Amino acid sequence: MSSRTLTIVLFVLFVLITLAITIWASRQTKTAADFYAGGRSFSGFSNGMAIGGDYMSAASFLGIAGIIALNGYDGFLYSIGFLVAWLVALLLVAELLRNSGKYTMADVLAFRMRQTPVRVAASISTIVVSIFYLLAQMVGAGALVALLLGIKPGAHFLGMDADTAKIATIIFIGILMIVYVTVGGMKGTTYVQIVKAFLLMVGAAVMTLLVLAAFKFNLSDLLGDAATKSGKGTAFLEPGLRYGKEVAGDAAQTFYNKMDLLSLGIALVLGTAGLPHILIRFYTVPNSKAARKSVLWAIGIIGTFYLMTLALGFGAAALVGSEAITAQDKGGNTAAPQLAQVLGEKFLGGANGGAAMLAIIAAVAFATILAVVAGLTLASSSSLAHDIYASVIRKGQVSEGGEVRVARISAFAIGAVAIVLAIYAQSLNVAFLVALAFAVAASGNLPAILYSLFWKRFTTAGATAAIYGGLITAVVLVFFSPVVSGSPTAMFPTSDWQWFPLSNPGIISIPVGFLCGWLGTVLSREPADPQKYAELEVRSLTGVGAH
Amino acid sequence: MSTDAPDRYERVAESPEFSGLRRSLRRFVFPMTIAFFSWYALYVILSAYARDFMGTILFGNINVALIFGLLQFVTTFLIAWLYARYADRNLDPVAEDLNARIQSGEFDADEQPKEVAV
Repeated sequence: MSSRTLTIVLFVLFVLITLAITIWASRQTKTAADFYAGGRSFSGFSNGMAIGGDYMSAASFLGIAGIIALNGYDGFLYSIGFLVAWLVALLLVAELLRNSGKYTMADVLAFRMRQTPVRVAASISTIVVSIFYLLAQMVGAGALVALLLGIKPGAHFLGMDADTAKIATIIFIGILMIVYVTVGGMKGTTYVQIVKAFLLMVGAAVMTLLVLAAFKFNLSDLLGDAATKSGKGTAFLEPGLRYGKEVAGDAAQTFYNKMDLLSLGIALVLGTAGLPHILIRFYTVPNSKAARKSVLWAIGIIGTFYLMTLALGFGAAALVGSEAITAQDKGGNTAAPQLAQVLGEKFLGGANGGAAMLAIIAAVAFATILAVVAGLTLASSSSLAHDIYASVIRKGQVSEGGEVRVARISAFAIGAVAIVLAIYAQSLNVAFLVALAFAVAASGNLPAILYSLFWKRFTTAGATAAIYGGLITAVVLVFFSPVVSGSPTAMFPTSDWQWFPLSNPGIISIPVGFLCGWLGTVLSREPADPQKYAELEVRSLTGVGAH
Repeated sequence: MSTDAPDRYERVAESPEFSGLRRSLRRFVFPMTIAFFSWYALYVILSAYARDFMGTILFGNINVALIFGLLQFVTTFLIAWLYARYADRNLDPVAEDLNARIQSGEFDADEQPKEVAV
């Protein structure tokens, strides 16, 4: 059996198992709390795994390993930012959100505010962040399938050339995610994420052990070999090959590059606790103590995973080599599967072992993408149904069944829109889309959440100002950044309307989000309602009246 | 528990027990947030501006940048563990006690703890 066939068999197996779980979960899904929050019945550990499954996207697994394999140390910066970010969620957000909210991020933001303006703002922001993230995953899936299944330009697979195969993959993944969400709701989605997290952790752990074994468990030798093989020497093991580059003779560009690095670092660490699909995971556990436990487990799982990406990335640099990696994919996204093949050949009996390892890791990568897109679709459809339909349009006058029906229809609609957008967005850079999602989450959502939970005087005007201010600033700055135009690697390389020098807007847009929230509050004509703040504070800290 | 006691929450919020709980929470999470954020920012700033320092070899091929990065993992795990321990000891018992007392109607307006109305 060829590696390609084995990949497909394994992936189909994963799909069948998860579909069976989804159908089983649908039988247990009766109430709105079941659909939106998995019946709030998951344990801290299960939810911690699911958070890992939701968070460790293909961008983490394939992207970070690839960046480390090609640029060395700089890829590690991502791992660190993505992990440290969980302390914001643990210390400031998870438990208080669990106690005071019901199904969506907007539940907490609108708690003591006028419902309509805040829910609309929070829902727009939820959908924008989720769609950017969703596109990143789906475009990535399309790009990967050709590589992982070995469909070269000009070659055919089941009668499809590479471009058709990409589109077919995007549609296939899109349909599956719609099925998971509409049929299984939060319960089904959570199980898909748990299974995926388990597979990803096992796959990464086996590869890490084999990499370390190849160097007789001597980390220093591994790093040394990686540095030599990269052709960049010790610079490969230091920051600066990709981010914050020093351009000789161009002080301004050097300054911008360094600011860009700081900007990326801030957005990574502050974005996580504002990602709607992560926030709604805290509603799947019975109480705030379980929410805390789930973040603790998530930190352990995600931290271990990112430590392993270090071994995978440097392992790929040392054992596969940058030439072989860039020959497959310029972005380095195939470094991890290629490493799997080399390790299989080395340890599991030649070519067959290599093909088997490649197939397994490629199948894990597809499973990874599938679980993440399902979580994102659920977050945006929950917000559409619960915030816009039930709260704003029907003013709460709607039956549970009616609301869940709308949530299912929303999931279908969002999935369909995402499929179409992803087909047209195929040329977009995946890392850019993820970075944008994090920047918007950190600039719009996080200020609104923190002010809501901790600032007595915060008002409706402040909340909408923070969300729209942060969201619009981040999107506008990116639109005028070198990522979109005015550089050879831009989305529109031949046009030039660029004036903002950084690729990552965070260093400007995050302070702007906080500033807008403050200004909106101090300038607002209606004062905050102290009674509602007392209620929010008491409920969020003691768990009284928690759903 | 009666649900139509809007001023109940204000009474709780003003009670010394709740003020204590709020203070205990903020006393831990605010300084800790500032601490881990500064520590992380220091790491990112050194990565941008102190390349020579970060490139200093400590032993073999292990340099300061790698150790600094790994230390970020260590501190993240450590802070998570410290918070879990702190919350277990100093927050949960108070929160649970207050929760029970609020539900029993202790903070409801001018009345003695009463039977739960339908």
